[in-house]
Amino acid sequence: MSARPRQRKPGLPRRLVHVVLILFALVFLLLFLVLPLATVFVEAFRQGVLPYLSAIREPEALAAIRLTLLVAVIAVPLNVVFGLAAAWAMTRFEFRGKALLGALIDLPFSVSPVISGLVYVLLFGAQGWFGPWLDAHGVKIIFAVPGLVLATVFITLPFVARELIPLMQAQGSEEEEAARVLGAGGWQMFFRVTLPNIRWALLYGVLLCNARAMGEFGAVSVVSGHIRGLTTTMPLEVEMRYNEYDYVGAFAVASLLALLALVTLGVKTLLEWRYRGELAAHAPGGH
Amino acid sequence: MTLELFRLNRRFAGFHALNDVSLAIAPGEFVALLGPSGSGKTTLLRILAGLDYPDSGAALKDGEDFLATPARERRVGMVFQHYALFRHLTVVENIAFGLRVRPWRQRPSRAKIHERVDRLLARVQLEGLGGRYPSQLSGGQRQRVALARALAVEPDLLLLDEPFGALDAQVRVALRRWLRELHEELRLTTVFVTHDQEEALELADRVVVMNRGRIEQVGSPEVIYQQPATPFVCEFIGKVNRFAVRRTSVGWAAGGWMPEGDPWEGRFAGAVAYVRPEQLRLAVPATEPAWEARLRHIYLAGSIAHLELHVPSLDQVLEVDVASEDLSRLGLQPGMDLRLAPRSAVLFAQDPAGATLEHERWIWHERDRVHA
Repeated sequence: MSARPRQRKPGLPRRLVHVVLILFALVFLLLFLVLPLATVFVEAFRQGVLPYLSAIREPEALAAIRLTLLVAVIAVPLNVVFGLAAAWAMTRFEFRGKALLGALIDLPFSVSPVISGLVYVLLFGAQGWFGPWLDAHGVKIIFAVPGLVLATVFITLPFVARELIPLMQAQGSEEEEAARVLGAGGWQMFFRVTLPNIRWALLYGVLLCNARAMGEFGAVSVVSGHIRGLTTTMPLEVEMRYNEYDYVGAFAVASLLALLALVTLGVKTLLEWRYRGELAAHAPGGH
Repeated sequence: MTLELFRLNRRFAGFHALNDVSLAIAPGEFVALLGPSGSGKTTLLRILAGLDYPDSGAALKDGEDFLATPARERRVGMVFQHYALFRHLTVVENIAFGLRVRPWRQRPSRAKIHERVDRLLARVQLEGLGGRYPSQLSGGQRQRVALARALAVEPDLLLLDEPFGALDAQVRVALRRWLRELHEELRLTTVFVTHDQEEALELADRVVVMNRGRIEQVGSPEVIYQQPATPFVCEFIGKVNRFAVRRTSVGWAAGGWMPEGDPWEGRFAGAVAYVRPEQLRLAVPATEPAWEARLRHIYLAGSIAHLELHVPSLDQVLEVDVASEDLSRLGLQPGMDLRLAPRSAVLFAQDPAGATLEHERWIWHERDRVHA
C-alpha cells in the first residue's frame, strides 16, 4: 500500500468504457432483437397490405388462430388454478417433499420442449403406454387437440406458480390468519384478502403464461402431427407456410404473434411501472 | 367469560412448545403471558385464537369445549404482532371487515356497520383517518386500527401478540397506559403476550411466566416480583444478583453475610441466593454482619443510580440501585469502601451435585433492626 493517495482521474478511460459498453449493448439489441422483429413486419407487408390481409384471412390461418386461442383459453386457466394451489401449498404449509415440489414446478423450464412433447407421444401415442387402451375407447390425444393442450399446459406450468411463490412468501400468512379470526370463511379469506394481495403478480404471471402458451413451438410440434386446419397452431402454421415458400403468408401469421409479444411486453412494462412495489423485486425463474 | 385450560401439550418437530400447560382465566381479567422467545407463549395465544391446535389437553370456555369451536365462531379478537392490517383496504374497510364477512342473516345493516366503525374510530382516536390505507399510518396508528378491527366483532376474549413490540419507546409507554384505561372501561377478558417484563408487570392483573413450554409461575405482578417461584423467574424478571451460600457450623453464610434461620433444618449443604439491586443496603454499621466492598463504578440513570461494587469475600461484583439523591447524601465516590448487606433474598437449595432444587425455596427477610 502506498502512503500517497493515488490520484485517479475519472476522465477519459472511464468515460470511454461507459460509451463502449452502452454502444455494445445497443448494437447487440439492434442486431438480435429489433432487426428480426422489424424483418417480420417488413416481410409480411412486402407485397402490400392486401396480400397481407388475404394471407391471414385464409381458412387455414383462421383455423390456426382459433386453435391457438382455444389452447390458450384451456391451458392458461388450468395453470392459474395449479399455480395458485402450488404457491399456496409451498408458502402456507410445511410438508415432506416440499423441495421436490419446488423442483418439479421448475422442470418444464429445464427440459427441452421437444422432449416434453415426446414424453406425451410415448405416453399417449399409438405405440405408447396408454395408446392401445385409449385407442380402444376411441380417445385421441396425440395428433389431436387434447395433445396440444396437454403439451402446452406442461410447458407453461411454471409461470404463474413462480410468479406467486416469492410474493406470497414475502407477504406471509398473518393477514389471512387475521381474516380467519375475524370470522371469514375459506373462500371469503381467499377472495377478500389473498387474491387482492397477489392480483398484480397473478396478472403478470397470466400474461407470461399466455404469451408462452400461444407462442410455444417445440413441444406442440411433436404432438401436433401438422394436420392443416385441424392441429396446427399459429407457430406451426408459420413454419409450414415458410417451408412451402409462402413467405408473405408465413410472415403475416408471424406478425400476429409478434404483435401479441409486443402487447404482452407493453402491458408487462405498464404493470411493472404502475405496481413496482407490489411486484416485489424478484426474477421469475428461467425464461 | 371464564376460560379454563387443562394440560395443553403442543409439539413441533423435535420441540416441545407447550408442556402440560394448565391455566384458568377469570372474566374481565387482564393476563400477561411473559417469557423469552421459544417459551411457548405465542403458541398458547394462537391456540386460543384457533390458529393452532394442541396435541392433547382441553380448553373450556364457560364450561363449553373451546377447541371444538372453529376460529371464526370463537368470538375472539386478535391483534397481531405486526398488526396484519389488510393492506389493500382502507382503515374503515379494515375495521368493518369482521362485520362484512358475517353470513347475511347475522350481518348488521350498512348503516349499522357504518355507525359502529365511526364509534370505534372515535374510541381509538383516529377520527378523520378512516379513508387512509395502512401504509399511510404510523406504527402507533396502525396498532390502534388493529385494535379497533378486533373490537368491531364484539369479542368476549381479546388476544394481543406483542402489542407494543414494533413501536418506539415513547409511543409504547403512552399506548400501554391507554390500553390499560381501555381495559378498565370495557372490562374485556384480555390475554397478551410479551417478552418485556416491565410491560407485563405494569399492565397485567396477573402475570403468567413461561419458560420452555412450561408455566413457571402465575401471580399478581407484586407476587411475581417479590416472591419469585423459581430461579428462572428470579433471573428473568428484573435485574438480580446471584451468589452461592454455604452451610457452616453456625448456620448459612456467604462471605461475611449470614442470613438468620434455616427452613431446611439441617438438610442441604449449599444454596443459591438471588438479591435484587434495590434490596441491598449500603453503609451497614460494623455491629451487623455484612460484606466489605469497594465501590467501582457509578452509573447515573436519571432518578436512580446503578452502582457496581466488588466484594472480595464473594469474589464477585454486585449491582446496587440507589436513589440518585443518596449519592450525595452518603457521599458516594468510586474507590471508597462500603459495608453492604441484603434486606431480602430468595434462596433455592442445591443438591450435593450442585443442581438447584426449584421446590426448596426460602424467602428471607432481614429482621427488624430495632429488635435485632
